[in-house]
Amino acid sequence: MNDAPERSNGHGEPAIRLEGVSKSFGQLKVLDDVSLDVAEATCFCLLGRSGTGKSVTLKHIIGLLKPDRGRVFVHGTDVTGLERRELSDVRRSMGFLFQNAALFDSITVGENVAFPMRRHTDWDERKIRETAQAKLADVGLADDFNKMPSDLSGGMKKRAGLARAMALDPDILLVDEPSAGLDPITGDEIDELLVELKKKGTTLVMVTHNLPSARHVADELAMLHEGKLIARGTAEELDRSDNALVRTFMRSEGAG
Amino acid sequence: MTWALSFGSCALLGLPLARPLQNGWVVVDRTGALILSVLAWVGEVSLFGARALIEAFRPPYEFREIARQVFEIGWKSTPLVATAGLAVGVVLSMHTRASLERFGAETMIPAGLAIALVRETGPLITALLVAGRVGAGIGAELGAMKVTDQIDALEAVAVDSFKFLAVTRILACILALPLLTTIADICGIIGGYLAESAVSGMSWQLYFNRAFSLIEFSDFIPATLKTMVFGMIIGTIGCYLGFTTTQGTEGVGRTSTRSVVLSSILIIVANVVLVRLIFFLFPPAA
Repeated sequence: MNDAPERSNGHGEPAIRLEGVSKSFGQLKVLDDVSLDVAEATCFCLLGRSGTGKSVTLKHIIGLLKPDRGRVFVHGTDVTGLERRELSDVRRSMGFLFQNAALFDSITVGENVAFPMRRHTDWDERKIRETAQAKLADVGLADDFNKMPSDLSGGMKKRAGLARAMALDPDILLVDEPSAGLDPITGDEIDELLVELKKKGTTLVMVTHNLPSARHVADELAMLHEGKLIARGTAEELDRSDNALVRTFMRSEGAG
Repeated sequence: MTWALSFGSCALLGLPLARPLQNGWVVVDRTGALILSVLAWVGEVSLFGARALIEAFRPPYEFREIARQVFEIGWKSTPLVATAGLAVGVVLSMHTRASLERFGAETMIPAGLAIALVRETGPLITALLVAGRVGAGIGAELGAMKVTDQIDALEAVAVDSFKFLAVTRILACILALPLLTTIADICGIIGGYLAESAVSGMSWQLYFNRAFSLIEFSDFIPATLKTMVFGMIIGTIGCYLGFTTTQGTEGVGRTSTRSVVLSSILIIVANVVLVRLIFFLFPPAA
């Protein structure tokens, strides 16, 4: 078992729950008996040094990876044992911002954002275009609808990826380093956008190295180290952690 | 088995394996391992292709994406295939003339060329050209999508990436190859006519009549339909290698090259089997 305390957020049934999840790639153990839960309409932030399994945890939640051991629940449904079609239904309620944005590079930025709508709604072309345009405006890319992903900077790609993740107004949004590569002002705007989404009822799971951003957006933080969850709590609780590594990490405010 | 018996015998008798013999067993061991890994690979690719065929008949159907891929794979290959067909027709005509002239059988040139084109040259040349253009393209495109997480991104937006990317491309290859082969055949016959008319001044009508005097549907249909198998090979190899690409851009380059090489080899090998099968099923065409 990990050392992090099992605790409820006090918001009722968790939107996401991991029970004893372990994952290895070959000889490398990336996650080791990780358990956590994320309450509805809250933001849970995963911290940790590079290569400690943060992104792997997100991929388990959306079912891109299956754990070697343990179970992952989304809205009470165990996604680890789902058939492809059932998993697709669960995924429709989720948005995922990849670490490298992962925009489809053969279509425009606007079409990237419109893609989930075209696949999963019966909206007409006008509504799809207007909604995609609005999502791009939310992340400050209102004028970039017709640009190709290759024409965008790294930070702009990240924002376009976030717009695509928000396309269907998902109940759960998984964001992998949303502010990486962004200037401080744009980074703050993205943080505000995430806070707004949370207020509207979206459950957020965020991976970041940007501690100011984590402190601002997250209700609860957890730190992964060598595949284990070594600390969990509010930012203030982690600041006062008994674990020296956690305290050192929390003091590195310049990260991000 | 022999190795095991020999090794077992030596061990049983407490005899050390002689050094040359040990080296020999290492070669046998490695060859065996290589054969097993090749068989395992062939099995995986075959399952990949079979899964694509099964998924093609299961909803939801990706008609729009299939049409787009037929356009990308088929229509955009037309200039290449048509040009190659034309050139092959001209060259075949020149070679046929050089051979038949010795026997005073110049009148057979159009028919000989048409039969050679329709039965074998057209399908094989088309398949190899498409393997070069499309096989490399599919491998590189899907490989790049794999290493940049775009395939995972498709899954994350609840789209079956296998169906959306692999099934559509494999089906498009299967549909496009017979059409492209027909174009290559037609262009080859036109090329043959151009070469022949330049040398002998033969009219188009006479050339056409002679070209099709010996051709039957049993020559055209099986030979053209066999290219569906070539399309299946090109699509399956490209998609499989794309989906299993690792090691970044270097891996993408490797996938692209391997797609062309493996598709071409398998097309040539499959052609031998298919020609034999066609001769068995359609004896008059033999």
